[in-house]
Amino acid sequence: MAYKLNVNGHTSTVDVPADMPLLWVLRDVLDLSGTKYGCGIGQCKACTVHLAGKPVQACLTPVSAVGNLAVTTIEGLSADGTHPLQLAWQEIDVPQCGYCQAGQIMSAAALLAKTPKPTDKDIDAAMNGNLCRCGTYLRIRAAIHKAAEMGASASAKTPLTAHKEE
Amino acid sequence: MHRRSFLKASAAAGGGVLLGLYAEPQAQAQGRGRGQQAPPDPHNYIKIAADGTVTIVAKNPEVGQGVKNMLPMLIAEELDVDWKAIKVVQADIETSKYAGQSAGGSTATPNNWTPMRQVGAAGRAMFIAAAAQTWGVAPSDCTTTSGHVTCRGKSLSYGELASKVASMPAPNLADIKLKDPKDYKIVGHSQVGLDVKNIVTGRPLFAIDVKVPGMACAVFEKCPVFGGKVVSANLDEIKKLPGIKDAFVVEQPVITEAVLPGDPGVENGIAILGETWWHAQSARKKLQVKWDEGPRASQSSVAFAENAEKMSKEAPQWTIRKDGDAEAALKSAAKVVQGNYSYPFISHAPLEPQGATAHWQNGKLELWTNSQQPGRGRQMTAQLLGIQDSDITQHMVRGGGGFGRRLTNDYMMEAAWISKQAGGVPVKLLWSREDDMTHDYYRPGGFQYLTAGLDSSGKLIAWRNHFVSYGADQKFASSAAMGPTEFPQRFIPNYSLHASVQPVGIKTGALRAPSSNAFAFVIQSFIDELAHAAGKDPVAFRLEILDASAPAPAAPPQGGGRGGFAPPGMNADRMKGVVRLAAQISDWDKRSKSLPKGTAMGVAFHFSHMGYFAEVAEVRVDAAKKIKVNKIWVAADVGSQIINPSGADNICQGAMIDGLSELMFQEITVEKGRVQQTNFDKHGMMRIAQAPPEIEIHYAKTEFGPTGLGEPALPPVLPAVANAVFSATGIRVRQLPISKSGFSWA
Repeated sequence: MAYKLNVNGHTSTVDVPADMPLLWVLRDVLDLSGTKYGCGIGQCKACTVHLAGKPVQACLTPVSAVGNLAVTTIEGLSADGTHPLQLAWQEIDVPQCGYCQAGQIMSAAALLAKTPKPTDKDIDAAMNGNLCRCGTYLRIRAAIHKAAEMGASASAKTPLTAHKEE
Repeated sequence: MHRRSFLKASAAAGGGVLLGLYAEPQAQAQGRGRGQQAPPDPHNYIKIAADGTVTIVAKNPEVGQGVKNMLPMLIAEELDVDWKAIKVVQADIETSKYAGQSAGGSTATPNNWTPMRQVGAAGRAMFIAAAAQTWGVAPSDCTTTSGHVTCRGKSLSYGELASKVASMPAPNLADIKLKDPKDYKIVGHSQVGLDVKNIVTGRPLFAIDVKVPGMACAVFEKCPVFGGKVVSANLDEIKKLPGIKDAFVVEQPVITEAVLPGDPGVENGIAILGETWWHAQSARKKLQVKWDEGPRASQSSVAFAENAEKMSKEAPQWTIRKDGDAEAALKSAAKVVQGNYSYPFISHAPLEPQGATAHWQNGKLELWTNSQQPGRGRQMTAQLLGIQDSDITQHMVRGGGGFGRRLTNDYMMEAAWISKQAGGVPVKLLWSREDDMTHDYYRPGGFQYLTAGLDSSGKLIAWRNHFVSYGADQKFASSAAMGPTEFPQRFIPNYSLHASVQPVGIKTGALRAPSSNAFAFVIQSFIDELAHAAGKDPVAFRLEILDASAPAPAAPPQGGGRGGFAPPGMNADRMKGVVRLAAQISDWDKRSKSLPKGTAMGVAFHFSHMGYFAEVAEVRVDAAKKIKVNKIWVAADVGSQIINPSGADNICQGAMIDGLSELMFQEITVEKGRVQQTNFDKHGMMRIAQAPPEIEIHYAKTEFGPTGLGEPALPPVLPAVANAVFSATGIRVRQLPISKSGFSWA
């Protein structure tokens, strides 16, 4: 089946099975490998991307369900890696292995878009689905607060709502 | 095929089959690949581009432990270059150039602390020599600053001197003077992980991200019972499915004994090659395989526990250690305390599942792997394919976590074999999470039957342990051993350690802080029981035991030594130092006595991998047995220098959270030979809302050489929390995970 996908503001047509999860379309067809596979059953959220601005698990989202909703991946969160979360993650030196962090940042970006100044409780609620095997949670929390200070919501707007047709 | 049959699968009593029996200490296995080698040559580590850019080679595999920063930081410090101005590149496996390209045993710091600084200092000396020659002055008149040599107002950059230095022989490293640590500008200062920018922007970094032209994505279906074989499968049907390039039975005869010591080989199974991983994985769901499950299909965790219970009541199979007369001392003791402890098999479950990319071409192999022992993996792969080590080019790719899982190289060999059998198609093999969790080298479970005696003053005078583990013929399965010097040996006049083993037919191996991750829970919980029985403060009781030390059998190495697991060289004064420090930073004396009902503190210490750690936890437990860890205090003594403080703190905090996951949730069970837990819903990890809001870390800087902390930080947190739970509730938990006793995170 051919599907027209809008990913990070670009439209691509892919010819893949209808039940192929968006995760594998991104990784193996569109060469966007920033989105990670961790469990395949929605337990770790390493595969979190945005669908029309909302965080979803790409491992559980069949390509046929995407339609013309804008997909944003870690590669498209900002044009040049300067989303406040990306900057805060560097400043706080959050990652250990780093494998879960794209998913963490995408969940955090959705949180900040909705709640620009989250409390610890807001963060716990929004981030509780994202596992970090290395245990960087304290730094993740600190980095989200840091990014909130930097005004994440303002800069995050463009990629979160971008939806272009060819 | 040439293969050392160091360890063999052997039929054991009771019909079980033993795997990977360890005949040598774990530490040796972990340290393999270092060996005796020529001193490192600075030319292999420091490269200067035509434009003057300085590049430093990071020689060790990076799996999240921060070594890609640490080792180049040591070089850069002594080379005298600006950290921000240099580039760092990951080395390939090149054993002729680099020693010890492995990640295990928290050994990178002690083994590289001196040689990497020498490499940097030798490099600096060479640039000085080149400048002095150019100017016709004495080297002693020159100095360096930020990648330049200067002398009386003259200055040349390292770039300008590069061509001269390139042909210069390296000086004798031992003759080079190293910096005084007080002058450090890079080491001891936090440096953000070099890959962080690429991580947060989603650039390809990990093994799973490798892409090679013409590559097929592969899955590998193995028997759910370890060592089972394919009898037949509907491969003709599978091959016709959309997006499938090939499907075949991996014809390699099953190697379930060790290919190299402690490292079982390739299992039989079915490879499916697809255009994408999803194509291959979807086809796999349509596979119909008839397996010959073999002799291991009858084993179960229930039977393991029943056997252990039975064995505990029988005479031990052998005695590992006997000091004094524990039996007599127990008879004369004023108080005798007994505790039966147990802990389960657990899985490593790094977030990036196992996988590797391999390309077989004309008898040569190119590999991209995130192995923790890549050199060993290459050796094993060469033996498997019947080629030479030198026929394999191996690239080291960032690993999405290691935790000891990637010390073994099964997935690397699988990828290599599949690429070869597919006729030289480049293959990226990726295991599913289910593959990863059901085909691990599990942290072995175990049972410890402890009895100890206190005299009338509450002094610990006798300790007897009947350790019931896995193995056969008085040998332990991989990572299932306890050594003769396990604490509190040498701190108690009457100590006996007996052992019995039963066969196990799943693979076992090293998990972060091997054996210590379970032993600390047992030993430090039991010591807590004794402190309470003696009516003594848990910190004071521990210090009293540490005071009673007999002389250490060997002086601890000053760095550069091996990261031992057993504590022959444990320095009691260093341990007392961290116990006191933990009490001090947590305000133990006052705080532990002034907490509200249901809130309490617990303490524990453990020595492993040359690191001294004491930890205090404060917990609140409600009536529904829900636990909130309010705070953890970590007191560490890993020597004179923390190389990268940001990385060190991160790793210590992560170790706490990792340990808490082991404490609360993790358990692998076997039924009909099959591992029953297949994913994170059944083998959980701590989540952000459950994590302690505060983890405070203090390093006692001592005169000893710097050692690692990724592993030794972990073990004490389990008993520290369990001991706090006891103080808060009166419930002594002797079985891991504690969720089995009705506890959960608040």
